[in-house]
This record gives sequence, C-alpha cells and structure tokens, in this order.
Amino acid sequence: MSETGGGGESRPGGTDEQRVPDGRNSQSDLNLIGSRLRKVDGFAKASGKARYADDIALPGMLHARIVRSPHPHARIVSIDSSRAEALDGVRGVVTGRDMPHTYGVIPWTPDEHPLCVDRVRYIGDGVAAVAAVDEDTAIEAAGLIEVEYEELPAYLDPRKALEATGGEDSPYIHEPRKAGWNGNITKKVHLDFGEVHALMEASDVVVEGAYFFEGTTHAPIEPHCAIGLWEPDGREAGGLSSGGGLTFPLEPGMGGQPGKHEGGVPSSHGRLTVWSSTQVPHYLHRELARVLELDPARVRVIQPPVGGAFGGKSEPFDLEFCVAALAMKTGRPVKILYTREEVFYAHRGRHPFHMRYRTGATKDGKLQSVDAQVLLDGGAYASFGLVTTYYSGQLLTAPYTMPAYRFDSVRAYTNKPACGPKRGHGSVQPRFAFEVQLDKLAEKLEMDPVGLRRSNAMGGNTRTVNELRVTSNGFVECLEAVERASGWKERWRRLPFGRGLGVAGSCYISGTNYPVYPNDMPQSAVQIQIDRSGRVAVFSGASEIGQGTDSMVAYVAAEELGVPLDYVRVFAGDTDFTPVDLGAYSSRVTFMLGNACIDAARTLKRKVQDAVAGEWGCKPREVLLAGGWALFAPDTARKLPIREAFQLAEAMFGTLGATGWYNTPKDIHGSYRGGTIGSSPAYSFTAHVAEVDVDVETGFVEVKRIWIAHDCGRALNPVLVEGQMEGSAYMGFAEALMEEQIFKSAEQGREGLHNAPSLLDYRIPTSLDTPELESLIVESLDPEGPYGAKEAGEGPLHPSIPAIANAIHDAVGIRMDALPFSPPRVWRRINEARAEGKLKKPTAPGRPIEEEVHESVS
Amino acid sequence: MLRLPPHEYHRPRSLDEAVELLHRFGDDAMVIAGGTDLIPNMKHRLFEPAHLVGLKGIGELRGIRREGGALAIGAAETLASVARHPEVRGRFAALAAAAGHVAGPQLRNAGTIGGNLCLDTRCTYYNQTEFWRRALGYCLKKDGTVCHVTKVGKKCVAAHSADTPPALIAFGARVEMRSPSGTRSVPVEDFFVPDGIRNNQRGPGETITRILIPLSFVSGADGAPGGADVDAAAGGDADGAVNRIRGSPNGDEELHLRSGYSKLRQRASIDFPLLTVAVAAWVDPGGRMQRLRGVVTALGARPRELTGWDEIAEGEALDDDVIDALAERARKQCRPLDNIIVDPEWRRAMVPVYVKRALIQLRDEPPS
Repeated sequence: MSETGGGGESRPGGTDEQRVPDGRNSQSDLNLIGSRLRKVDGFAKASGKARYADDIALPGMLHARIVRSPHPHARIVSIDSSRAEALDGVRGVVTGRDMPHTYGVIPWTPDEHPLCVDRVRYIGDGVAAVAAVDEDTAIEAAGLIEVEYEELPAYLDPRKALEATGGEDSPYIHEPRKAGWNGNITKKVHLDFGEVHALMEASDVVVEGAYFFEGTTHAPIEPHCAIGLWEPDGREAGGLSSGGGLTFPLEPGMGGQPGKHEGGVPSSHGRLTVWSSTQVPHYLHRELARVLELDPARVRVIQPPVGGAFGGKSEPFDLEFCVAALAMKTGRPVKILYTREEVFYAHRGRHPFHMRYRTGATKDGKLQSVDAQVLLDGGAYASFGLVTTYYSGQLLTAPYTMPAYRFDSVRAYTNKPACGPKRGHGSVQPRFAFEVQLDKLAEKLEMDPVGLRRSNAMGGNTRTVNELRVTSNGFVECLEAVERASGWKERWRRLPFGRGLGVAGSCYISGTNYPVYPNDMPQSAVQIQIDRSGRVAVFSGASEIGQGTDSMVAYVAAEELGVPLDYVRVFAGDTDFTPVDLGAYSSRVTFMLGNACIDAARTLKRKVQDAVAGEWGCKPREVLLAGGWALFAPDTARKLPIREAFQLAEAMFGTLGATGWYNTPKDIHGSYRGGTIGSSPAYSFTAHVAEVDVDVETGFVEVKRIWIAHDCGRALNPVLVEGQMEGSAYMGFAEALMEEQIFKSAEQGREGLHNAPSLLDYRIPTSLDTPELESLIVESLDPEGPYGAKEAGEGPLHPSIPAIANAIHDAVGIRMDALPFSPPRVWRRINEARAEGKLKKPTAPGRPIEEEVHESVS
Repeated sequence: MLRLPPHEYHRPRSLDEAVELLHRFGDDAMVIAGGTDLIPNMKHRLFEPAHLVGLKGIGELRGIRREGGALAIGAAETLASVARHPEVRGRFAALAAAAGHVAGPQLRNAGTIGGNLCLDTRCTYYNQTEFWRRALGYCLKKDGTVCHVTKVGKKCVAAHSADTPPALIAFGARVEMRSPSGTRSVPVEDFFVPDGIRNNQRGPGETITRILIPLSFVSGADGAPGGADVDAAAGGDADGAVNRIRGSPNGDEELHLRSGYSKLRQRASIDFPLLTVAVAAWVDPGGRMQRLRGVVTALGARPRELTGWDEIAEGEALDDDVIDALAERARKQCRPLDNIIVDPEWRRAMVPVYVKRALIQLRDEPPS
C-alpha cells in the first residue's frame, strides 16, 4: 500500500523511467495513454453480449409493479390492498408504512419516502408496490389496490409556489423545516463577491436580460431496473458472480422469512443484494441500509452494465427500496423494470430556471460586475436541489475574470416530478443566459464576441471572484481553436441572411471537492492484484455507465505495469468486492479514479522493478515495464517477458496486491458558508462555435455544424474524449432545439399531467437531425490530474445552447432568450422582429468603439 | 414494461380464411399486418381484442402490379417496398415520398400500406398509457365522455395522421375491401368518415385487400380504373406518367402526371405529421394543369381535399402567382386544433408554406 493518497506527492507524468523507445507517441513519454484505443467493454455491448439489469433472471423471481398517484397533490386517506393480495399469483404488497424512514441523496434534505406515507406530491408518485409470479399478474394486482385520496391545491409554477401561505387553501408541499419558513422552498442562496453595485454603476455599458431554460430529462435508453435478493441467516449463498448456488424459499412460508418488526420489513439479519441500473452504488448502499434498518455490512449492491444514465440514475429511487422490501417480505427475488413512462416520472432532470442577469463592462469590454437572480423549479422533492441551487451561481465565475458578482438563487418545490442533476448539473442554464449576455454586450460595444471573451479570460493558476482555485486552464486555446476551425474571422457577420455563426465558452468541475456526506475518507479507490500469469486484476469501485470508466482504469493499469491491454481484467460495480468510490457524477471519475489507479499500480510497479533489478543487478529505476516486457533502460535489448518479471516479484514479496486511493486537497475552496460547493481539484474549459441555418418562413433552425474545443487536461484515450465531446454537444443541441419536460395545465385537461411521457412525443433529435460535430482536443496537462487529465463528460455540453442562440442572432437578427428554440417559438420571434423591422443580418463591428460607447451607455 | 393484453394470434394462409376468421370472431377480432400502430395502441389499452388475425402470411395481399388501367398495390405490401418501387417512384412520386416519410426505416419495413390507410386517429389525450388516461379522467374517444380538445364538443377531433392517404386521394386512388358479403371498392376520400373515434367506413369483418391507382388521365375522370382508349406509356420514367390522350379537350397531346408532397414535422424521421400536403395534376407540355388536386391532413379526423383550386388553376400554368393563390386558398380552409401538442397557430401558418413547397415540387422536380 502506498504511503500517500494519489493526491499526494506521487504525481504521475512522464519520467525517464517510463520512456519506451517505440516512437508511437511522440507527444509524451507515455506508451498506451494518449493512444486511440477501443473500449474494453465495447465489443460486448455492440454485439449484444452485455447483460444489463433486466437481462438478469433469478430462479423463482417475482415481478413487481408500483402503484402511482393519479393526483398532483393529495392526502392519502387509505390504502386497501386486500383485493390485490387475494389475487392468485400475488406474493406480497408493500406500502409507505412498511418503510417509514425518509431518504435523500443530500443528507440535509431527506424529504422522500420510498413510497408515499400520507401525501402524494406529483402525478406518478409511488404509493404501493405489489409482487406477483409474473408481470401481468403484478399489473393486474396493482390495479386492484384501492387508494383513497383527498385532493389538495397543486402548484405547477414555482412563482405561485413561493406565494403559498401554508394555510388550508394554500398548503405547503413539504412541512417547513423550521417554524415560520416557507415549506415550498428547498433552498435559498445569496452570495455576494466584490463591489457589485458600485462597479455596475461605474460600468460604461450594462446589459440586462431575462431568460428561461425549460426543463429537460435525461432519457437514457435503458429504463431503470432493479432486482432484490434476500438471503436469510443460516442460508449462505453467493450471488450470481461467485457462481454459488442460490438458496431461498420458493414459496412464501417455506421458511427463511425474516423476522418482522411493526412495518413488516425485517430489522435484523440476513443479507440483502440489490442489482440496480444505478450510477451511484455507494449512495444506494448507504440508503438501503439506513431506510431498511439493515447492517451495511449485510447489504450488497451490484451495478450491471448501465444503458445510459446522464445523471438520471444518480440517487436511490423507489424501485430499489421496493424490490428489497418485497424480497425481504416474500423471501423471493423480486424485479422491477420501469416503463418508459415511469422513467419520465422518476426524472431528476434539468431544472427549469427563470433567470435575470445584469452584466456591466467597461467600454473596452472588460467585465466589471455581474448580478444574477435565479428561480429554480424543483419539482416535488429536493433530490440534489441544495447543490443545484449553489451551482446555479457558483459555477459561473470562470473562465472570465469578473471583479464583482452576486447571485440570488431560490429553489421552489412544485407538484411535478423532482428535478435533479443532468449532465452539466446546475450550470448549463446560467451558462446559456450568461453567454448570450456576453454576445449582447459585444454587440453593444461593437466588438467581436470571440475577442471580448479572449480579453476577459482569467488564465491559469488563479482564484475566481468566489475564491475557487483554478490551476490548469486551456480556455484561450479552446477559443482560438474554434475561431480558426470555423473560419470565424472571415465568416461571422458575413454569411448571407439566414445563415449564422455563434460562439460561447464555459468551464466545469472535475469532481466535487467535497463528498455529499461529510467525511475524510477517500473519494475513490481501486485494488489491484497481479499474479504469475501476467494477469492484472483491477477491482474498481467506480460506475461504468458507458462513459469508459472501466476502460480508463485498464489503460492506466496497463500503462503503469507494462502489460498488454488484454492482460487487464476490470471488476467493477459490486460493493462486496470493490473498494468505495462515490459514483459516476460531477465528472469526477477520470480525475479521481485515475489517480487512485496510478497510486495502486505504482506500488506494484515498484515491487516488480525491485525484483527485476535484483535479478539483473541494476537500479530499480533502470527497469522499464512496457509492452509486455520488463526492459533494461540503458540497453533495451536486454529484456524479460512481463510474466517472468511478475514471477520474480511474487517470489520476492509474496502474493502481489495493492490498494490505491484518491482524496481531494482540502484548501482550495471559498472561505465563506457554501464556499466548498463548486470547488473542484481541477476545471475543464470549452468553447463552441455553432453554424445555423434559419428558415424564416417556418422557424426551423438547422444546426449545420458545431466546432467543439475542449480542454480535458490530457486525452487518456482521444477516441473516448471525442465521443464525450460529441455526445455532450449533441445533448446540448437537443435541449436547444427540441426537448421539453412539460406538463398539462388544468385548462389542458389535467393539472400536472406530463405532457408526453414517451420517446415519440418527448422529442430527441434523430441522427438525421444531428449536425456535423467537430471535436478539437486541447491538452493543458493539469498538475494534479492523472497524467494531466481532467474531465470531458459534461463540460463540452455547456456552450452548445448559447452558441446556437448567438448563431441564430447572427443569422437573422433575433434573440432567443427562452428555450427551446423550437420552430413555433422561433417563428413567433421572427414575426415580431419582422413587425419591428428588425429581421435582418446584424451589422458587423466596424465603427470606432469610442463613438459608439456614448450612445450605448445605459 | 408495458405489456400486451392477452389475445390469441391467428395466421390465416389465404384471404378466404382470414375473412372467415374475422367473421367468426366479429367484434372480438382485429386484423394485424405490420402492427406498428396496433401494438402500441394495445399496450396503451386502447384496444384489447381477444383475437388478432395476421395478414402478413397471405400471398394474395402482396404484390405491386398493373391491372387494367390501374397500378394495384397489395394491402400487405410494406411502406418500404411501396416507397422504393420503380413505378411508384416514377409515376406516383408523391406516394413514394409519402410512404418513404412514414416513421423510420425499421417501421417502414414492418408497416404496410393497408395499415397506413387504417391508422387510428391520434390525439395528445388518447395515445397515452392507461395510467395517464386515468389520471386525465379519460376522453371522448376512449373510456370517457369529455373531449379535452374542444371542451364542449361531442365529436371526437383526433387527427388523421397517416402519410399516404393524401397522396392516394390526389392520384384518384380507390381502396378495395373484402368481407364475407364480397368485394367492393370506394375512392380513398370516401373511405374516410369525419369521426375521430372511428374514421373509416370499413365494416366489421371487412379487410382492405388492394389499393388501385389509375394510370391514366381518362381513367381518373370517372374515378374508376380502366380507360380503354388510353395508351399508357410503359414503365415509370423519372418524368412521371405520360399519357397520349385522344380527343382530350386540347386534342391529341401528351399529359404528364406530376405530383408533390410535403410533410411538416419537427424531426427529420420518426415523427407523425403535424401537417401533410399532397398535390397532383396532369400537366401538358406547356405546363398547363388539368385536374389539380390538393389534399392536406393531420388537422382533423380525415384528410381534407382542398376546394376551389379548379377556378384558380384549371388550364393554367403553375407560376408563382397561381401558387400563391392556391396556398392562400388552402390556408383559409385549414384550422388546426390542439389535438396535436404543437402550437396550432404555427401549424396553420405552415399550411400555405407547405402547400407552396408541394406545388413547387410538382412544377420543378418530383419529391424524393
């Protein structure tokens, strides 16, 4: 085991010891890292061999269905499940009273029950679950559970929710956490940095705007799925992976039913295994143990391959508690697979944001002061909302220097599915507004918007106005890469009417510096075991959700230990035999797990080097491990197959294993309350240029091409980085043009009913709609990242939306300040502009700025 | 996942057997061909037939061939095969385009032309799960008493949303049906009835067998295929149909069948139409049109043939002024409703735009 966490002094990076004279990667001293490689799990997924959660079938497994509320807001008067329980084939029913503890992924806001106890808060809220011998019986039984409700006034608009008094006609959605508080507020954050008022007053120009970001959901192709298995005491059985025989009673009452406490769910022994399509096995593990009153050491969470998550599977959901409780109650394994409709109700997608921004600058375009007000429409539960509320302001302070900044953010509860984190959590919405503000500012100042951004770039090794530490920063390189590739200088403002270019920039975190529950333990860890066959087994706590986590650790292990890539086996996503990693969210995995893996691999590498050096009579640092060989650095003709090198080490040190971990540096945040939120060990930077074609007759916006430049520190595998860049830009483009998680009003038939919970009517662009995406990787080599790497999974989404908005302006002169830019909305804006005589190509900067400024001062 | 209601699936090997099964099970049976409309509707519990009579194994329902003066398309031909058939592409370009714009490639490989004619009407309050509709309180079309679109009306306004019928109507096609009492055929426009709950006149136990599209100008005149005095040009060249008409109003001359098709949808694939326009006309070498027909759909319960076009366009060449006049006439006749979740005011404004685009295709180049 190494003496320090990976975040300590054992910094990765090219050293002479690692140089391999193959000339393949002339840019660095690295052998495998930086090469274009396949994903280790790519073939299994592409060929249909990967086994997702729903592919798992256990002997005797029951299927369960969750009964959901048809009301947006109501009191539960009674639940009668007797008819369901009497149905042939039904094995068990659970309701909210069986699981009375609240939970929540953020420990300060546990406001959800696995199933509602006395109140439902949106159409689709779960109230009961029934397990039966097959799915059809479970569906039929669910229809027999009678729930009596007393309807309450519902809130769809967060502004209306804030006006609630808590009285009979105006009830709060949740009990206020303190007397006198508004129960419809999840969180309020007001943070103020610098002389906002004075600098705004002193600004030569001020741009003010109101923006609206419509809610969107993740829409992963795989619906959520979970299987629960309860193994009572004295009936030891391995899980699927160990190949052990599974034993459990095949019929209820055959024994092995856990001892019940009042709720019907056991309080004591036995072992619970839950397979789930989650991206946070560790948080699920914690909450299962807490809510079901189980010893965490008796709970095992297994995460099979996940078919997309994007933040939509980053907290526990009702189905995971229900399969566990029903398995415990019936003594049989239980599966729940959400319908597509239920995925829309589970949601936790992008919050709708109502935003107002004032941005002040000097006449030469230097930002002076930024003043923001943000209202977040949170939906029925807190989810990650406390963090979202902070992020709505905290993550805006880079990549531009702003001397003064203030934000006022409030998250309101509404009677809709809960919002939460979606790719680019909390910062995609303000980034849209702010980058459009910058475009307006540049126009007012008759400046090139690329130039304006460049002149405000903050650079590296600095602190933001809200005291976040920024180290590596390739933002200007990103800006210049898209400027060059798009032909910006020749084409912006010069394309024919209807065609336009827009630019935007952004930054994002590489992991949160502080875990969601306070603790000093590592954020990420791996365990590596190597043996005399040459095989390297990496036990990774991280969650592979398609982003390439398992591949990344395999590359790192192969790089460090010098084995061919296919000697590395990655075992991940099982809390019983991997160390703890906090999960696949906040773009933390490459940075944290990569460092943890380097840490473990280097411990083993030193042993192998020592052993070979002993054999050769040379210094350990003269032993290179690369390409399946141990090589003598001064004369690489002298070499040993890596297998024999491992055998020497195994003979010298005994069985070879090592753990490695990563924890964040603790001194890099703001010195104020909330200053830890938004701090990250490293930040990624992105710039986009989008090119659009606007049909003024119809309002259709066709995005022709997006140039995406992203500073990922170092591209460990450029193929995967480009995949993340394209996927992010696509997702942002989809939100820009089409996606809307919206609900019917009372006038539209039913207040709070999801407008279109299907992939037919919740429109996501098809491949035919998708623009050409051109990825331009920028490598700033972060001083603390693994080999210099930072995140690539979320940052590249941010500029998509404002770049498209700004391109629409360049094309036809209209401003789209509300999402989505769907044809009817664009058509309406075009008609307004036409009526005002403003439907035209904006003029290019040209007149001397001095002259213009006096006219523009507001 | 959503599950299908329990049902028995029958695989008749002949049309007679299929008709017999349909007759035997009466209202308990439904026909299924590609299933691309019926299966999701069954999963939504919009239909719960005890028996499904599958048509895909019946050879008599396949084939695209000339018969008499018509092109006969078997009802169980897939939309993909219609879209790529050379004669359809050459002669009836708007139909090929319409079939080629349905949903996406996989669905066109399964869905059939007969099924497209029988596509159930669609509405935001109807094409939803049982849970969703229960939360709504159901609607007039299924299980309820209120129309959430019109609020007051007792008439269902669910939208006809099939892509091919407007083109078939514009080409003067007929639909042939078979029931125990025999075979009959009706013009496609008469096949549809203005009732969103059930928008066609196919009787119980009756199934569509063929679509018949007249090949010639004369044969289209009385609506019946035939046209013994017409020499239809062989094959389908890219210019569309050519007919040498003897004794036509302008004497012995060539008329070309030309057509256009435009579909409004937010995505370039998958989506049902927010508006579909098909136009067709016989055009002489001077560009003058005879029998111009324009049909729009995705507005109400059945396709709507645009009226008053004769007075604007009959015998005229399709110049920009004529196109504008036709488009304006179309706009006045079309009033989209909230039955589809996309802004009806915008959809109405798109009527003249999409009519124009279809007419420009008719004039300048066939749709693809």
